[in-house]
Amino acid sequence: MKFRFRRQGNDPQREKIKQDLFAFNKTVEHGFPNQPSALAYDPKLQLMAIGTKSGAIKVYGSPGVEFTGLHKDTATVTQMHFLHGQGRILSLLDDNTLHLWEIGQREQCSSLEEVCSFTIPCRTAVCASYFSPYSATRVTVLLPKLNCDLLAVGTEGGGVHFLELPSLTLLDKSLFQDEIMQRWEALFVFSLGPVESLQEHPQHPDKILIGYSRGLVVLWDLQTRHVDNLFLGKQQLESLVWERSGNSFVSSHSDGGYMVWSVSSSTPCTNEPVSSTITYGPFPCKAVNKILWRTAESGAPLVLFSGGMPRASYGDRHCLTILQDSQHVTLDFTSRVIDFFTVHCTDAHKFDDPSALVVLLEEELVVIDLQTAGWPTIPAPYLAPLHSSAITCSYHISNVPTKLWERVVSAGQQQGSLQTHTNWPICGGKNLAPDPKQQELMLTGHEDGTVRFWDASGVSLRPLYKLSTANIFQTDCDHNDSLTQAGEEEWPPFRKVGCFDPYSDDPRLGIQKICLCKYSGKLVVAGTAGQVIVLYLSDEKSDHMIDVATVDLLQDREGFTWKGHDRLPPKSGSVVFAPGFQPVVLVQCMPPAAVTAVTLHAEWNLIAFGTSHGFGLFDYHRRSPVLARCTLHPNDSLAMEGPLSRVKSLKKSLRQSFRRIRKSRVSGKKRVQEANAHLAEQDAEVTPVQRRIEPRSADDSLSGVVRCLCFADTFLRDGTHHGPTMWAGTNSGSVYAYALDVPSQEKFSEQSVEALLGKEIQLMHRAPVVSIAVLDGRGNPLPEPYEVSRDLAKAPDMQGSHSVLIASEEQFKVFMLPKVSAKTKFKLTAHEGCRVRKVALVNFSSVASEDYSENGLVCLTNLGDIHVFSIPALRPQVRYDCIRKEDISGIASCVFTKTGQGFYLISPSEYERFSLSARVITEPLCQVRHSERGSGLDGTKITGSSVKNSR
Amino acid sequence: MNKNHRVPSSRTLSAVEVKSKFGAEFRRFSLDRSKPGRFDEFYGLLQHVHRIPNVDLLVGYADIHGDLLPINNDDNYHKAISTAAPLLRLFLQRKEEAEYSAFGTNSLTRKKTPAALAAVLLRPDANRKKPPVIISLPKDFRPVSSIIDVDILPETHRRVRLYKHGQEKPLGFYIRDGSSVRVTPQGLEKVPGIFISRLVPGGLAESTGLLAVNDEVLEVNGIEVAGKSLDQVTDMMIANSHNLIITVKPANQRNNVVRNSNTSYYSYSAPGAVAMTPSHIIQNFRPEEVESDDDEEEDLVIETGGDMRLAPLSAAGATASYSMPSLPRYEPHLNLRHSNGAMATSSSVGSLSTNERGLERRNLEEDGTVITL
Repeated sequence: MKFRFRRQGNDPQREKIKQDLFAFNKTVEHGFPNQPSALAYDPKLQLMAIGTKSGAIKVYGSPGVEFTGLHKDTATVTQMHFLHGQGRILSLLDDNTLHLWEIGQREQCSSLEEVCSFTIPCRTAVCASYFSPYSATRVTVLLPKLNCDLLAVGTEGGGVHFLELPSLTLLDKSLFQDEIMQRWEALFVFSLGPVESLQEHPQHPDKILIGYSRGLVVLWDLQTRHVDNLFLGKQQLESLVWERSGNSFVSSHSDGGYMVWSVSSSTPCTNEPVSSTITYGPFPCKAVNKILWRTAESGAPLVLFSGGMPRASYGDRHCLTILQDSQHVTLDFTSRVIDFFTVHCTDAHKFDDPSALVVLLEEELVVIDLQTAGWPTIPAPYLAPLHSSAITCSYHISNVPTKLWERVVSAGQQQGSLQTHTNWPICGGKNLAPDPKQQELMLTGHEDGTVRFWDASGVSLRPLYKLSTANIFQTDCDHNDSLTQAGEEEWPPFRKVGCFDPYSDDPRLGIQKICLCKYSGKLVVAGTAGQVIVLYLSDEKSDHMIDVATVDLLQDREGFTWKGHDRLPPKSGSVVFAPGFQPVVLVQCMPPAAVTAVTLHAEWNLIAFGTSHGFGLFDYHRRSPVLARCTLHPNDSLAMEGPLSRVKSLKKSLRQSFRRIRKSRVSGKKRVQEANAHLAEQDAEVTPVQRRIEPRSADDSLSGVVRCLCFADTFLRDGTHHGPTMWAGTNSGSVYAYALDVPSQEKFSEQSVEALLGKEIQLMHRAPVVSIAVLDGRGNPLPEPYEVSRDLAKAPDMQGSHSVLIASEEQFKVFMLPKVSAKTKFKLTAHEGCRVRKVALVNFSSVASEDYSENGLVCLTNLGDIHVFSIPALRPQVRYDCIRKEDISGIASCVFTKTGQGFYLISPSEYERFSLSARVITEPLCQVRHSERGSGLDGTKITGSSVKNSR
Repeated sequence: MNKNHRVPSSRTLSAVEVKSKFGAEFRRFSLDRSKPGRFDEFYGLLQHVHRIPNVDLLVGYADIHGDLLPINNDDNYHKAISTAAPLLRLFLQRKEEAEYSAFGTNSLTRKKTPAALAAVLLRPDANRKKPPVIISLPKDFRPVSSIIDVDILPETHRRVRLYKHGQEKPLGFYIRDGSSVRVTPQGLEKVPGIFISRLVPGGLAESTGLLAVNDEVLEVNGIEVAGKSLDQVTDMMIANSHNLIITVKPANQRNNVVRNSNTSYYSYSAPGAVAMTPSHIIQNFRPEEVESDDDEEEDLVIETGGDMRLAPLSAAGATASYSMPSLPRYEPHLNLRHSNGAMATSSSVGSLSTNERGLERRNLEEDGTVITL
């Protein structure tokens, strides 16, 4: 501490170096936005925008083109519209405010900024129909005109107001229902209801179609302020869409039907549609929320609508129907349809000829190729549904060798059967980011036993490959085949689309820990029921049996009974595996508690794994267990009862309640009086939160949980001979170090691996050991297996004395090896009051010079802040606030990369990517070229030439 | 066995004549006044000459004023030797039968004769009506808490150090959030603070008498708690629990230490008894002390399974320091030799000073404390 005071911030040279090394930035959000609520598309710029319930706006173009904006108020974005070709977005929030966003140019790159906002004033003139049950000024729909000078706003009160764009100033030409009702005395309705839809005439920009909730549709001429046509629908109106020519339009209704109306000047008032269809009738159907009508050169128009399912039988399905001639597909989604649009020709072409359908669902984005027969899905290059099954763990691998990368990619390509590889239809903007220098893999483990491989090299997190571990176990949920078979004869013709599947077959399948050797393609995956699976990467299909081994981690401890779940029964006989990672060995821990730590050393053919009971070492080459060690403390009863048992707490609570009863009997009335008097005295004051100050004792529950495992080639027995070692740290601050006797490569098959306990370290503060790492003579972390033998990393310094860095939840300590004498330490909790949650050894390279880099210890605390320490001196370097301390799942999900970046979950479906390094930053750099536009805000008129929508 | 004989008067200056009485038996021997050796060696010698190697003894001597005073450490042993003129009269008692009240000022002058004293010592319960409160000797005391830095802190504040000594007794207090009033240039201001909310009966905090409910916690081991959350402060205290130093602003300001006394106060406690003894040690607390202090909290390293030749030096050291108590070799000519084993004779080496203790342990650690399993 003395040293720290002296050193702090006094050395300007060091400060400069620090500035070149460290910088904190939250760079990009990966995955699918949580709770999307609105969708918009600009066909000219080919940009798509998604609004969320938390007030965020995300704009996507071609892969790598991304913008994010956040409204000041956390209100749901209910609608969004692009101002055609201008790079401006209008958003309507739940709180009835309008906001205008601009994709602006900053230096070379574009960014999204809010420029102005507007609230409809509640003037008495506006609130004309106060008998109406609706709020007169509540905005229901928006229609920015194609030439971007006018915005029509429909309200719940039934009025339509007009605002000048882009200044958002209210024009004095509002249209009220009275005006329409007066002119058409044939209308005997009391109120037309809220404005449900506003659509601009595709040929005459001055005419807009206004649809009212009660069914009336009006074609209104803005210039002459005159009703051209009147369509008297009888059904509650849901949405309207023009046919391209402007000769007809389609309306959808709440009874599950849609009607085609023709527009002719000869019949200004009609109540007969050309046709009326209820697709899924005759039984009552749900409303058709939105309909699109797209003409096609090839023949009949495409009709796409969401909803309209038979209420009784399929009322709970989330469906979207595509109809064309005799072709009929009912896309069956697993989550609610938020909105959808088609990508189609908008220029002076005769037909729409839609090429793709983009559907925004509550949990994912689905894109359908409408030009290929069978309407297959197009895999999205971004907006990956990370949470298709809940994420249970994440693992990052930096600098993936090309060989492994290509094999994983090709294995992934062979998996996608129902996907086409046509180009992604949304391709606006230009990605300016340089190609990533190295390939990065992100592996996510999921609740359903799958491991997904993602390309994390760039701004868009792209799915590469999916590995399922469920198929090697017998579960009662192998009914997938029967389900798809039954689909043949079914009507409506359902087709399951999308991959969001929140229901796990068996919670025991959940993945807890992952470890991958990037050089040998060996993968270890460990799960909730104590299963540890070793997989080899193979390019060929294989049909083989899996070797199963059971390791008893309790050893000879008596008196313990496991009351948790059973182990997963492995399938007997051989199983067929597709190319990719294929399971070879299955090790099952007994008792089958969740695996809490796993590590792999492919060069030694060893895996180590730990649960809440102990740890084991397994030689997967010879398929033989090497070591099993119980870490249980004799008093630890909780560990034995499994994750779901509440036996102890029930007993405890019963005892407590009995005590309470007895206590209250003792001094009956007097106590009550006292209490009342006391209450009256300080009624305003609530009972303060109290915290007990008790040091950790050895018999805390779950003290035996193995928190971390590590392999290292170092000096454990003496200072002259180094050799393979294995280290394990537990929840109660114990560290076990084993010296391993690993036979040389040639003798792997004959000779067995031996493990000998070398050292046991008990940290006196007894805090859980979060991480163990061995540092070489120069204080650098040891390289990974194979890195030295394949000349991929500098050989570690085996001359100087090694040291081991042990990070507990409270302090970091560096011990010299082999004596295990403390060298340096930093007591984080004692000084800051925060506890260590995640640590990683990171190599920071400097922005100033190419070849200067420092190793640092990065630590995320329970308060959500990140500290960087130098190693092995353990001097604090920088501190940044990163995650809110209330966001426990965010803190728990954080992973660091080897080069100073990190990821954490900001919602079940989104990773926030951040960077601690001043040099290694992955952030969107992109440019959107939009047509010229007036600055607007200062009242400049937009010149005619700037709006080239008809080009 | 040596035959005790009167030392010629010419040697009175250099030698001390010792007459040691245990029960009804006397032993006489002499010690070199200039080289008295250490107390534990002397203690071993007494056990040896009385042939009572496994009896725990309470050693007392009659000083020049006729008071019966204890000999239980190097200091009072040397004092006894240096003041003996020339005869040093020793009275040995079995520890379990010891009469503690016999010690003290005037304890012997009241009953002028040694015989009377012996009578008291030999028949402890002869004239006793009710047993007095047993207060153990200072060497059995262990500081559980101290007020430190009295000289540098404002009088309204109190810095309390709690010693846990690795024992299982709980620290035993609770803290809560609250608000306190501060004087600022803008006037009085309400600021959030951390307060002691409850003391666990029988806990360490309560037994010190230095902490009380509603005391405001200002610092933990030199780090201000202002701006820290309750959970942070809790974690800081727990992380420092082995040597917790908290600065409080006592809710009750009447018992404040008067500053000009310039002393610190130790409160000692032995099992079952609490006593306050002023001490002459001034301890100034500096933050860096925390760092050095906690070396007493060395992590335990256990070598296992290895062949011992790998660390021969440390292994030898360990066997020596952990061997069972062995008697010091008695040397008739009073040159008591230093021996390793002597240290271990008093199995409950009283921690007279934490720093010393820490040092001791640290030395051991660095020699390589090796427990062979």
